[in-house]
Amino acid sequence: MERTQVVEGLAEILEEVAGVNPDDVAEGKSFTEDLDVDSLSMVEVVVAAEEKFDVKIPDDEVQNLKTVGDAVSYILKSNA
Amino acid sequence: MSFTFPAPAAGSRIVALGHYQPSRVVTNDELATMVDTNDAWIRDRVGIAERRIAESESVADMATFAAEKALANSGLTAADIDAVFVATCSSADRCPNVAARVSARLGIAAPAAMDLNTACSGFCYGLAAADHAIRAGASRNALVIGAEKLSDMTDFTDRSTCILFGDGAGAAVVSAADEAAIGPVVWGSAPERGDVLVIEGWRPYIYQDGQAVFRWATTALAQHARLTCERAGVATKDLAAFVAHQANTRIIDGIVKRLDLSNAVIAKDIVESGNTSAASIPLALSKLVETRAVPSGAPVLLFGFGGGLTYAGQVVRCP
Repeated sequence: MERTQVVEGLAEILEEVAGVNPDDVAEGKSFTEDLDVDSLSMVEVVVAAEEKFDVKIPDDEVQNLKTVGDAVSYILKSNA
Repeated sequence: MSFTFPAPAAGSRIVALGHYQPSRVVTNDELATMVDTNDAWIRDRVGIAERRIAESESVADMATFAAEKALANSGLTAADIDAVFVATCSSADRCPNVAARVSARLGIAAPAAMDLNTACSGFCYGLAAADHAIRAGASRNALVIGAEKLSDMTDFTDRSTCILFGDGAGAAVVSAADEAAIGPVVWGSAPERGDVLVIEGWRPYIYQDGQAVFRWATTALAQHARLTCERAGVATKDLAAFVAHQANTRIIDGIVKRLDLSNAVIAKDIVESGNTSAASIPLALSKLVETRAVPSGAPVLLFGFGGGLTYAGQVVRCP
């Protein structure tokens, strides 16, 4: 899977879970600072991403996913 | 030797409920003068507008007041009650237990009197214990009480927890019935994850990993709630009300989203009461009954969850 595909998938999730405009989603964006995703919505994003990308993202990993790019890297690494 | 047991009952039912909340209201604005928080943030994250905090009342006081009302609403008297179950995790006194104190205050003579602690899921565990005792013939009329004074265990300098909790009590009179009106309990726990929500040691404070609890509650519980309905033989769309533990409106919404509850009143007492742990379900149910929001006899799903991590639920007929 390409990084851009993962970004697109995350953008869909972010729109559904937290009402984020998909056009705003890019690898350099911080979930909390730039996209205004709060800590509980972040959990919902992670749970939805687990389903969509068939990966496991444990509780203590969530805090390391600061930016969209962090999440993309983690998902691709887990899928490798 | 052969044991002879008393005649079992076909089932049990909630006859009546009662609740008590302290008069002292603590608004989000008041909390904002103590810690760095604000009304909009709290409403958005957990859905709480205000909570009640006990200034002079103990857990036993609040349990007694709630039980007194439930008893009055039931038409029974103290003399009829033969068992008292109190769900609490916040009683400062260990002995005598809250159940004995309530019984003494209400003049209930010689009841089986026990406290049980499964934190926020406690009321549903207590209701199951009462139902089982009645169906085994060990009790005819029981009081099941959820009572908490979490303010004693709240660190009012910790903005992540002090906004969440409130004090209060709710009580139910549960009696033997010819037809079961309390369905089979579905109960269990995730003990390996217990450390995400703790009240540990002497003079403790509540600590929780909010994200981990939120994740467990929104992903693991809907299947147990669905199973609870299956065991009771009720389709979720036929439920008249869903009374979940009032921990966070976003947890309640998360569970609701995974179930078809299109015809159910969704209890949201958290808005005005905060998270009152084991008291939250009987408090919310008592208010629904009091305001006649749910018809008598209609199926209601109760589902408690919390520290442990424990959960328990059952479908009951609304008194």
